[in-house]
Amino acid sequence: MAAPPLLALRGVCKRFGVVEVLKNIELEIHAGQVVALLGDNGAGKSTLVKVISGVAPAERGVIEWEGRTVHIRRPHDARNLGIATVYQDLALCGNLDVVGNVFLGREILRYGFLDEVEMERRTRHLLERLTRSIPDLRGPVVSLSSGQRQTVAIARSLLGEPRVLLLDEPTAALGFEQTTEVLDLVDELRDRGLGVLLISHNMGDVKALADRAAVLRLGRNNGFFDVNTASQEQIISSITGATENVPRRPAHREAGW
Amino acid sequence: MVKEMRGAADGSWTEPAAEADRSDPRRAVLDAVEGWVVVFRRKLSAGELGWLPVVLVLATVWIIFQSLNDNFLSPRNLSNLSVDIVGTGLIAVGIVFVLLLGELDLSVGSISGLAAAVFAVLNVNNGMPEWFALVVAVLAGTAAGTVQGYSFAKSRVPAFVITLAGLLTWNGIMLYILGTSGTINLDENGLVAKLTSHYFTNDAAAYGLAAVATALVFLVAHQDRRRRKAVGMPHRSLRGIAVRTAVAAVIAFSTAYVLNSFQGLPLALLIFLVVVAGLDVVLRRTHYGRQVYALGGGVEAARRASLSVTRVQTAVLAVSGTMAAIGGLFLASRITSVSQNSGSGVLLLNAIAAAVIGGTSLFGGRGTTWSAVLGMLVIQSIASGMAITDTPAALQFMITGGVLFAAVMIDALARRSQEAHGRA
Repeated sequence: MAAPPLLALRGVCKRFGVVEVLKNIELEIHAGQVVALLGDNGAGKSTLVKVISGVAPAERGVIEWEGRTVHIRRPHDARNLGIATVYQDLALCGNLDVVGNVFLGREILRYGFLDEVEMERRTRHLLERLTRSIPDLRGPVVSLSSGQRQTVAIARSLLGEPRVLLLDEPTAALGFEQTTEVLDLVDELRDRGLGVLLISHNMGDVKALADRAAVLRLGRNNGFFDVNTASQEQIISSITGATENVPRRPAHREAGW
Repeated sequence: MVKEMRGAADGSWTEPAAEADRSDPRRAVLDAVEGWVVVFRRKLSAGELGWLPVVLVLATVWIIFQSLNDNFLSPRNLSNLSVDIVGTGLIAVGIVFVLLLGELDLSVGSISGLAAAVFAVLNVNNGMPEWFALVVAVLAGTAAGTVQGYSFAKSRVPAFVITLAGLLTWNGIMLYILGTSGTINLDENGLVAKLTSHYFTNDAAAYGLAAVATALVFLVAHQDRRRRKAVGMPHRSLRGIAVRTAVAAVIAFSTAYVLNSFQGLPLALLIFLVVVAGLDVVLRRTHYGRQVYALGGGVEAARRASLSVTRVQTAVLAVSGTMAAIGGLFLASRITSVSQNSGSGVLLLNAIAAAVIGGTSLFGGRGTTWSAVLGMLVIQSIASGMAITDTPAALQFMITGGVLFAAVMIDALARRSQEAHGRA
């Protein structure tokens, strides 16, 4: 029997007030696989990331970690499982320096005080793996370029040797060269056996990188694809809703006229 | 590449190999100064002016008043100044914590008055031992701050609104416990009175403190250099450390000299400096302090990094309440009495102004406890200079207001330039 998926979502629901943002979501992430999460604006992609990372916990449904049911209620829970997240807005503290951001919430202490030297050493080590141009580690993050900030956010997510990495639009703000750098990195992480959930609008990235694609539409699953065999048209029509079997306009609305 | 960038960013740092051939001391000072110019340019372009504006303002104020009246920079006046800044300065240190969150605490004046009243009523009216009344008074401030902090953290209502309610409430409680008695005079020779009236008349005290401070500056820098060097990271050069230590020594020993020319080291100043230095270490070198700065940089980012936002926010306002209470006791000590006016008037405004003038940002996330010292020095220097030169109080308010306005503008410009820098 095949190993259970690293992370599996079964029938996950999430509502904000009366709006049902996610309904009965199914998703599996296996070790050594990149799963692309696709969908139009407002399909619930970022919300799903927040559910998995514990920022906005699910109301119903089951989350399984290597086959056993787990509860993710706080960001802390997700981190302890080995789930790391790079948010779309990066969630960096602009006033802290690079080292401070990378180690935020996981500071290394020495005699009860922050061990800046050791943290800086490890930050440098991490960044050397990710990029060729390392930014000034001691300047505030707010004065870095957007590409450098993205690198810092990714470095931070890799700090605790995570097993699953959630990337919410990691290349949206990047130039060509930096995009390549990030994609190479994702490739490398997959080879090291991490499970990656990649949100992207860029079909080129998805085709190049992902093994499987899960499509969300209006808060529901709208198809799973094997990226290597499915055509781009199939996937796109699933994103836009051309293939769904729901009438575009409910009949009763017209009946009311 | 990495090393190049690091070097360009901060010229007083060198690579391990680069320093052996430069042993000429004159060259050393020159290089260190050059390094600082590079650092200064970078900070200027990144919008971090740090202490420069407030030091310039302070120098200007001192030069102007000294030229108007020869007694302004006399040891007596400077020594009195160093005691006068302590009460409000301690309150301003608490304000720095709150400002780091990007919030404002309006209740510190009332809390300081409340703490003084609690002390006076327990000690003078009810005969409780001084030390015990003192502890209760400080804890009253902590409790008031904790209540406000918890409500702020849970309700997410801006802190200035909650502490505005606190301002009225604590003031009301103070008036209630003072009753109709009005003014309560403290024991002239008591513990609290001694807080601001005691001087260490032995010259060794002030010089000893100066020596310890200088040694600490050197040891911390040297230890940091040693550890960085051991793991092959960029580190401060020896001459950089030497210049830094020399600057610290000049400031510390000249202050000690001035104080010894009058009555010696004031106990109040000693306590103030120890508290400021201690809390500076807490803010910049501990897990808790890092969380305070992080919350100032972005509450949502901090929450996603699994920081306990509620706990930190509550603790910050608790610190501010505690510092307000301690400051209130020093203010009561200075006039050895507590009245219905304690903690009212411009005290709150001065405390906030001091923190901001000293360089703590109103937008949160930038500043240190030392800004309370520098800001208070500016405010109190203006007040003292005005008194010496017989200038009307109206002018004092206008000038202090102008300085505060300038400080806020510098803060806003610094922030803007930082953001613009980031877009590049």
